[in-house]
Amino acid sequence: MSLPPLPESAIEIDAFAADWRAAVRLSGEALVRSGAAKPGYADEMIRMIDDHGPYVVIAPGLALAHSRPGPQVIANGLSVVTLKEPVRFGHAHNDPVRVVLGLAISEAGAHLAAVAAVANIFNDSSAINELAAATSAAEVQRIMGANPS
Amino acid sequence: MKIVTICGAGIGSSGVLKVNAERALRALDLEASVVAADVSTVRVVAADAQIILTTQEFVKDIGKTNADVIVIVNLFDTSELKQKLEDALG
Repeated sequence: MSLPPLPESAIEIDAFAADWRAAVRLSGEALVRSGAAKPGYADEMIRMIDDHGPYVVIAPGLALAHSRPGPQVIANGLSVVTLKEPVRFGHAHNDPVRVVLGLAISEAGAHLAAVAAVANIFNDSSAINELAAATSAAEVQRIMGANPS
Repeated sequence: MKIVTICGAGIGSSGVLKVNAERALRALDLEASVVAADVSTVRVVAADAQIILTTQEFVKDIGKTNADVIVIVNLFDTSELKQKLEDALG
């Protein structure tokens, strides 16, 4: 199972976000830098949370921001933003969030292998702490088992 | 047996839930087809499902269904998934 591309441009370490919207926006901007999404994708990811609540906080400290395939997605891609100061999404159990993953998927049918690869990383519960403590993009790529290209 | 996992977009947390539910089912030695879907299609996708797995946010949107609705707190907690699936199927 292969992880969506996670180039250095899609990784931001020790970022500052005033609130969850800003944190999700950073993950969207990272997807724009790597060429996976258009700027409007961040708005779509924020709208998902506005509409459905903080379910994207899938594990303690970890948010998986995403929206549907559509015109705002250019190619499959992943981004990783680690936060200097954790932010609250309003999740009953998994707040506060220290690591925000951004996920862009271009085709609905082809996403499960990509999501499964992401899920496999975090079945090791130490991965979130390791990511939150990472000091370089290369370290994030190593933890994620990402292909750096 | 059919199990449907539900989230907002049908591509993110429902996919994670599908992968981890399949892992839990293997550990329980149970067979089921697990399908990830978004909440807007739940009525169609889950029409013939025995179980709907989701998070708290989507319970009210799922509405009336014949399936057992199981709410998962931590999508990566295999012991929670195993316990709740075993309770529902046992």
